[in-house]
Amino acid sequence: MFAFIIRRILQAIVVMMVISLVGFSIKSKIGDPVRDLVGERVTPEERAQIADKMGLNDPFLIQYTRFVKQALKGDLGRSFIYNKPALEVIVRHAPATIELLIGTALIIIFVSLPLGIQSALQPRSILSRFTMSFSTLGVSMPVFLTAILLIYLFAVNLQILPSYGRGETVDLFGNGYWKTGFLTHDGRLHLILPCLSLSSIMLPLFIRLIRSEMMEVLETEYIKYAWAKGLSPARIWMVHAFKNTLLPVITVFGVQMGITFAFTILTELVFQWQGMGFIFLEAVERSDISLLIAYLVVVAGVFVLVNTVVDIIYGFINPTIRIAGTR
Amino acid sequence: MKKLVLLALSLFLVISFTVSAGAKTLKVGLDADPVSLDPQVQLSGGMLQLSHWVFDPLVRWTQEMTFEPRLATKWERLDELTMRFTLRQGVKFHSGNTFTAKDVKWSFDRMRTSVDFKGLLDPFEGCTIVDDYTIDVKTKKPYALLLNMATYFFAMDSEFYTGTDANGQPKDAVLKIGESFALNNASGTGPFRAIKRELGVVLEMERFADYWDTKSPGNVTKIILTPIKENATRVAALLSGDVDFISPVPPQDFSRVDSDDKVKLVNISGGRIITFQMNQNRVEAFKDVRVRQAIVHAVNNTGIVKQIMKGTATVAAQQGPRGYAGYKETLVPRYDLAKAKMLMKEAGYEKGFEVTMMAPNDRYVNDAKIAEAVAQMLGKINIKVHLKTMPKAQYWNEFDARAADMMMIGWHSDTEDSGNFSEFLMMCGNKETGMGQYNSGYCNPKVDELTLAAQSETNLEKRAAILQEIEQILYDDAAFVPLHWQNHSYGAKKNIQVKPIINVMNFPYFGDLVIE
Repeated sequence: MFAFIIRRILQAIVVMMVISLVGFSIKSKIGDPVRDLVGERVTPEERAQIADKMGLNDPFLIQYTRFVKQALKGDLGRSFIYNKPALEVIVRHAPATIELLIGTALIIIFVSLPLGIQSALQPRSILSRFTMSFSTLGVSMPVFLTAILLIYLFAVNLQILPSYGRGETVDLFGNGYWKTGFLTHDGRLHLILPCLSLSSIMLPLFIRLIRSEMMEVLETEYIKYAWAKGLSPARIWMVHAFKNTLLPVITVFGVQMGITFAFTILTELVFQWQGMGFIFLEAVERSDISLLIAYLVVVAGVFVLVNTVVDIIYGFINPTIRIAGTR
Repeated sequence: MKKLVLLALSLFLVISFTVSAGAKTLKVGLDADPVSLDPQVQLSGGMLQLSHWVFDPLVRWTQEMTFEPRLATKWERLDELTMRFTLRQGVKFHSGNTFTAKDVKWSFDRMRTSVDFKGLLDPFEGCTIVDDYTIDVKTKKPYALLLNMATYFFAMDSEFYTGTDANGQPKDAVLKIGESFALNNASGTGPFRAIKRELGVVLEMERFADYWDTKSPGNVTKIILTPIKENATRVAALLSGDVDFISPVPPQDFSRVDSDDKVKLVNISGGRIITFQMNQNRVEAFKDVRVRQAIVHAVNNTGIVKQIMKGTATVAAQQGPRGYAGYKETLVPRYDLAKAKMLMKEAGYEKGFEVTMMAPNDRYVNDAKIAEAVAQMLGKINIKVHLKTMPKAQYWNEFDARAADMMMIGWHSDTEDSGNFSEFLMMCGNKETGMGQYNSGYCNPKVDELTLAAQSETNLEKRAAILQEIEQILYDDAAFVPLHWQNHSYGAKKNIQVKPIINVMNFPYFGDLVIE
């Protein structure tokens, strides 16, 4: 077991090294960060001097070892745009993205469950037909377009929801790191549209998933037995059928939230939502390569960490994985 | 308990908001927010806009391109090299310090150390304080654009920026990377005081109670500036009433903003020329003036302005727009396909040739679309164009390497003067003097000679004649492909008097803005 854990951790380290290397090798293709820091009339020689000072002209290996050395101390470089340590910039912007994901998850849970169950129980009803056709539309529409349509409908035409930004936020821990929009009315209003557009991708999927899982479960023997036993329909549906539907749905949910994270980038751009996706796009556009690499490392780090922990837990639960690993 | 406190807190915030709604607050949505509070660290449009809100220059441009006294009340030429400025008395900085000549000199000397500004200040010898409210500005050679440059002389509060900050670093350090006092703190004499700033999120400014210009009609008490990067969202924010003022308005949304009854669209022609350069070092055919003329004749720039820019640009046939000293009325756009074909035939290129072309896709308004149109138009005279468009982050590296036969470049004259265009775009490239920094492959000694002559000519009439002669030469030479001057576009609620405060430079003077 011990050897297994060590091996998994070593693998994780290798993955992180590869990712930081890839990030480093594409950085020269992203563009010249000095360009964004100076005016147009600054001469190429002066730009070169600034780049020298920033250490951008050093050979690749020197830059990379410097980066790794600093990274081990917890310093991922300095963002040129924000003029702050890149890690701090990311940590400060992470709560906005996390709140976006929480809001999206809530919408998915509270909308997909009733609709999915309903369309499983009464597949022929008008409501289920409507849900199904509407969810096809949701799946096929790009999130960017959904977002803009929502803005025009709710902010411009109906004028009941704000069009951009996070609105009023409350400093959760008093240190400026986690500003939450959930605790103010204004902040919650600002959350609605971005979360709706973000959930539009996953919502149809979950409605369909819950529906088909539930229909499958409803056909099983034990449900038929429960009917024969004369249990109330509510008890059969909610306790016996629904519980068993949930298991695969939860597994998929975990995976899909990871994918949803990728979609936050576009959603954040459209709503001027100051989260990690937004700063990522800024970093690409304005060639803030330090921030870009730090972003890659942090996001990859989170994914690698989660996967490693899950693998290790699996190893505990299921010995065959450990054994397969020793080969 | 914590919840209760938070609830009470948010309630308090909501109430305090409704109370302050009586004051005139202007919510502004721009495509980007100023990168810092230090007016001298970066020379960019956004920073200059901020400088006009938080600081004041000695003089500033009016809409008619004349000079308006600000911190200087009077100016007179003492001799060929020296200009004496009389400074305004009774002006206070935001910190409470009194503005005097030493602040002007201090700011000037600091500006010299900034890599972005030192090129602009090259013609200057320095400032000499005569007394508290009189200062002499001296140039190395006779220099006609001294007053134009005085629009860059924003006074910073010398006392406020003297000393060391919490990190033991001098407060006046001009730093691009790393923390510095001046990047995050400002004390100017301007109409607004920066009170809250979160980079990329919000900049809040409050009207400065002791502002010297009590005659200004401006009645905005507070500005909340938020960057809204995405074009569609910025327009939606205006239409939904979330913001009161936006800029720029993307051309595809002009009609929507214009037709809405709650908001209006205001345009003013700007000074940024958009051009294509033809690299004679890369393409033999471009050395033939007939070929260059053919290209200029084949490009329907009037059509581009109409179709792609939706009429919100001014068709160009020369570098400087109307109102600039070098503007020559007789130089008109010359789209004529038949003539273009004839010229190609004369030059022996009837069958055409192939060229590469590069353009950015996020730098100028509709840049990629314009490039595509031009590429197509050149196809009609059998010039096959291989076009590559890319984000500006990559484009500038390609431009530095002069990586294509035709490259797009837009230029706005820092001095609002025609000579600046030639210095950067048309003079033969010279690494030592820094001339022709953005010239890809056109060189005419006559243009160089005239441009340098114009620099030191202080007789404005003679100078204008020289600048006009340059424009004529470039026109006859078909030195570059002129497209248009970009307009500046603003969208605002109907009760906001945008027109009087905008100008060619795209520095909306919010200090003088009236909200009805």
